[in-house]
Amino acid sequence: MNVTVARLTVRGLLGRRSGILLLVVPALLLLVAVIARLTADTPEDLAATVLGRLGMGTLLPILALVVGTGVIATEIEDGSIVYLLAKPLPRHWIVTTKLTVAIAATWLLAAVPMLIAGLLLCGTRDGVAVAYAAGTLVAGAAYSALFLLLGVATRHAVVAGLGYALVWESLVGNFVPGARTLSIQQWGLSVAKSIAVQGSIAADVALTVAVPLLVVVAVASTLLAAVRLGGLTLAGEE
Amino acid sequence: MHPSPDARTAAADGGVIHNIGYRRYEGPRLGRGYATRSLYQQSLRAAFGLGRSGRSKVLPMVVLALPLLFALVVAAVQIFMKMEKPVLDYTELLDGIGVLTWIFLAAQAPVLLSRDLRHHTVPLYFSRPITRADYVRAKFAAMTSAMLIVTAGPLLVLYIGALLGRMDFGHHTVHLLYGLAAALLYAVLYSAIGLLIAASTPRRGFGVASIMGVMSISAVIARIVYALAGGEWADVPEKANWAAMLSPSWLVNGFTNQVFGLVTDSRVVHAPGAGAAVLFGAEILLLTAACYWFTDRRYRKI
Repeated sequence: MNVTVARLTVRGLLGRRSGILLLVVPALLLLVAVIARLTADTPEDLAATVLGRLGMGTLLPILALVVGTGVIATEIEDGSIVYLLAKPLPRHWIVTTKLTVAIAATWLLAAVPMLIAGLLLCGTRDGVAVAYAAGTLVAGAAYSALFLLLGVATRHAVVAGLGYALVWESLVGNFVPGARTLSIQQWGLSVAKSIAVQGSIAADVALTVAVPLLVVVAVASTLLAAVRLGGLTLAGEE
Repeated sequence: MHPSPDARTAAADGGVIHNIGYRRYEGPRLGRGYATRSLYQQSLRAAFGLGRSGRSKVLPMVVLALPLLFALVVAAVQIFMKMEKPVLDYTELLDGIGVLTWIFLAAQAPVLLSRDLRHHTVPLYFSRPITRADYVRAKFAAMTSAMLIVTAGPLLVLYIGALLGRMDFGHHTVHLLYGLAAALLYAVLYSAIGLLIAASTPRRGFGVASIMGVMSISAVIARIVYALAGGEWADVPEKANWAAMLSPSWLVNGFTNQVFGLVTDSRVVHAPGAGAAVLFGAEILLLTAACYWFTDRRYRKI
């Protein structure tokens, strides 16, 4: 952890226009939750659609992707990472600091609105709201680590991340049950399922599988990103 | 003609200007239209990664191939099972490959615009005879054509498959035309939206994420509102279909289903009534025009 690096990362992530754009994501979730609350007779039934499908299935991956790649990939892309790498800091510190910022931003912009949306939809019934928020916390952390790794590893991080989140998890996962085992979204849902009252949230992966996989993905991504950044040489323009 | 040696001796004590034979270009000037067409052609090739590195060909070619493969499988199943009625209508096929067209749009619209912005090559284009409006027009036409190639290909495969299976020629020809019209609407609307987002950021990654975000989030929201209004019931109330106005993909789908009379039961998304169809059509037109206008305006400032 390095406070200065963290401060600079936060400024780069939330400063100027992009910070407002990131706010669109939680605003949308809350808006939909309010509309659902006002119009539906039994808003609890919509929890799976609004919180599960829109929140954890679509908004969380996109937000985590923008944040996770935004903390480091943009700097690598425009070359300003050299100024950071030139400082006498261990490079794995840079990775852990940026990851901390990314996870904090994802939690703030996804998990907190998720909790509020859950409370709006179901109140405190069955612990659904807290469960989805907890699922978002763990899934958000894993997504952040994975997308940060992508940002360090490839110049096409966003396309690769979208391919994973929307094509593999949503599209392939819809038709191929086996694909759901390797899906951060399902691991998060599995955690959520274990917290809520039995039968209120559906998940396809057992908790005993989901938790180790979540830890492995998060830790391995961080380590790989640190190794990769440690060996990063910047190709010049020419 | 070479300069004569005398030219050098003429001013031996002072400076000398050698005539080394530079000539003005005196051939035909091909003009604005030609430049615009060239830009269109080059952009269309770039949309599929042609003329670029092998790695940039992978994604567009995969997205081009998958719908074709899908249509081929459907057509083959129809022939071998000797089906009387087609499994998928042409517009349903377009709806089925929707996500792939989003991916193509999200990945390739920034290729057409963001790179020029990022490497500051846009002013170089404007030093040629083409104007800013020509640039936007060429890029828009190229993106629309590329999207049409991606969507119309599988329709033709399905059509040829149906004819080989000796299905009803008249029915299939008419429905193919419906499908092509829908594909054109998708292509125009999607390109306008995608190019506007791509033009607003020089960062390719951000453009890709934003386009995909707009497309997928609006579709999920349309689905939620649809479900709220009773879209998951066995008999879907007419008013639920208004949710289609919230998402570009649902909008075109609902519009074409209603206009071409493809509504077989209440669960097919459609514009509820003739007046609604006009409204849906107006929204498509307005969205396209507004996005195009904003893109055009963005380039006026460069």
